[in-house]
Amino acid sequence: MSTGRRQFLKAAGVTGLLGLVGSPLLKIFAPGELEASSEFREGAALTARRWSLVVDMKAFPTEESYTKCIEACNYTHNIPRMDNEKHEVKWIWPETYEHAFPDNYDVYLSENIESMTFLVLCNHCDNPPCVRVCPTKATFKREDGIVAMDYHRCIGCRFCMAACPYGARSFNWRDPRPFTKNVNPLYPTRTKGVVEKCNFCADRLYRGEQPACVEASGGALIFGDLKDKDSNVRNILRTKFAITRKPDRGTLPRVYYIIGGS
Amino acid sequence: MIEKALSGNKFYWAWVCFLLAVIAVGVASYIRQFHYGLGITGMSRDVSWGFYIAQFTFFVGVAASAVMVVMPYYLHNFKRFGRITILGEFLAIPAVVMCMLFIFVDMGQPTRILNVILYYTPNSIMFWDMVALSGYLTINVLVGWTTLSSQQKSVPPPKWVKPLIYLSIPWAFSIHTVTAFLYAGLPARHFWLSAIMAARFLASAFAGGPALLVILCLIIKRITKFDPGEKAIKGLVTIVTYALIVNIFFIGLELFTALYSQVPGHMQTFQYLYFGLGGHGKLIPLMWFSTFLAISAVVLLLVPATRTNQITLLFACASVHISLWFDKGFGFVIGGFVPNPLEKVTEYWPTLNELLVTTGIWSIGLLILTALYRIAISVKVELEA
Ligand code: SF4
Ligand code: SF4
Ligand code: SF4
Repeated sequence: MSTGRRQFLKAAGVTGLLGLVGSPLLKIFAPGELEASSEFREGAALTARRWSLVVDMKAFPTEESYTKCIEACNYTHNIPRMDNEKHEVKWIWPETYEHAFPDNYDVYLSENIESMTFLVLCNHCDNPPCVRVCPTKATFKREDGIVAMDYHRCIGCRFCMAACPYGARSFNWRDPRPFTKNVNPLYPTRTKGVVEKCNFCADRLYRGEQPACVEASGGALIFGDLKDKDSNVRNILRTKFAITRKPDRGTLPRVYYIIGGS
Repeated sequence: MIEKALSGNKFYWAWVCFLLAVIAVGVASYIRQFHYGLGITGMSRDVSWGFYIAQFTFFVGVAASAVMVVMPYYLHNFKRFGRITILGEFLAIPAVVMCMLFIFVDMGQPTRILNVILYYTPNSIMFWDMVALSGYLTINVLVGWTTLSSQQKSVPPPKWVKPLIYLSIPWAFSIHTVTAFLYAGLPARHFWLSAIMAARFLASAFAGGPALLVILCLIIKRITKFDPGEKAIKGLVTIVTYALIVNIFFIGLELFTALYSQVPGHMQTFQYLYFGLGGHGKLIPLMWFSTFLAISAVVLLLVPATRTNQITLLFACASVHISLWFDKGFGFVIGGFVPNPLEKVTEYWPTLNELLVTTGIWSIGLLILTALYRIAISVKVELEA
């Protein structure tokens, strides 16, 4: 866990260094290009100036397609399956439009939207209230925009949970380890009494891998650099109408939803 | 002076033993919670703060209310409060201690509490709350203790006390303002996101705290040789009355904005608290009971006959205190989490273990209060003898 943080710091350091050498090297490639980028050394980190995620709802036709993404995340990050719903831990989960976008809901919306299932997760806000309120900097925003957590520093005050307008955070109300059956050795399990949430797969990016949910989504989730005007995400956002959750809260969410039409 | 807390009749000792027993149960319950995790409480992913934080909020108010006796006496030379300023200051001490304990038992990783200092983060209001509360505790201990010991020796208090007393006045306002800011600056929760929050907190504190002080004065008058004085109590009652009315007025302002604007986010929590939301309404009886108590207290406090009669006065003050306790020590915090950010309703109700930890903390507060009052009153009685 603390190694997680150390890795982040190292990754940030590496980014800085390479930045001096030449940033073109670090351009974040679109998923297609990424596969071709085997010249990436094993372990070379994926970096960006501002990571973001686009959810293309049209590409999520079936329950199976989004369940795969959730399961990928659950396995990758050792998400426990708590037996009590009140103690639930979830990083990415399905919601209806009404709950994902409660401020934009209306009863006469298209039936199509009514039947859609939206994957919701931490928005890695550009102006994150969870970071603002955390009394220990256990939740912090990285240079690349990822709102990350240090499970070893968190005191479990849950101020961040009160502050997040998206309900993106979970608390370990009890020891989660007995509830994690299939442990992924590449990511730490947590202890009781700390908060956790989606980390935009900072651990995987460091190893040069795309986020687990993105990899499992078959193209429905698109991950890329928002600050690079030629990036995959910018290209989509330029051409398709996308919305974010609760933009009125001033948090500047960096997870976008393309709902329909082209 | 401290030895005075160690002498008393058998009722005194029976009371102390009773408190110690409740504390022991509280500690045992806390140990259980420590091992199991906070899942042993009624809190959940959706209602992630519960009784502990609500009680913390309430007792910050009680602590801040000491200023209502300190300020008139020192700033406005309101002599009648001379006899009870020490009671106000000594009430603030256990109140702050309880606040700190409530925060502590609410922490998921209590052993890491020093992280708040090691990695101090001024952009977090919690940092300022820690500064405000520990500062206020220090000020009240210093001021209360030195003024009392100089009184005992019949010498004027040392010069450095005066500035500290003046400092305690804005500091008292600050502790409750900062506590309100914990809530009032969160974009996630409409119910708390209100500019009037700090003002409302102060109004309810200045009603609830002095109401408790009136009750304590009446008890002291009954069971000790010290008489806080008719006039002092009358002064307190006036404060309680106006503060209570201002508090009700502020709640009215909140209700108007929410209900007339019809903005769903603003209305939903009120709906949940008073009428229920989507078939959920565990807090409805509490909230109406609180409303009923507040209104009857206003009546009892405004009508001269009931205001001057000790029994009805006691009743009125208890109503104020209990009403605000439900409102702020329960509904306010829980309500903020309902509905959740996805507009779903999860309800909260404290568990037995949670209540035992809570009563343990109350008893620690009462024990400190008992000891401090015992000391203060012994000194006062000796001086008057
Ligand atoms: S979605 Fe919530 S947890 Fe994630 S960065 Fe924004 S405020 Fe923080
Ligand atoms: S629970 Fe942990 S991450 Fe959240 S505000 Fe408290 S210390 Fe920070
Ligand atoms: S980005 Fe990674 S951590 Fe976040 S939801 Fe997807 S798989 Fe989970």
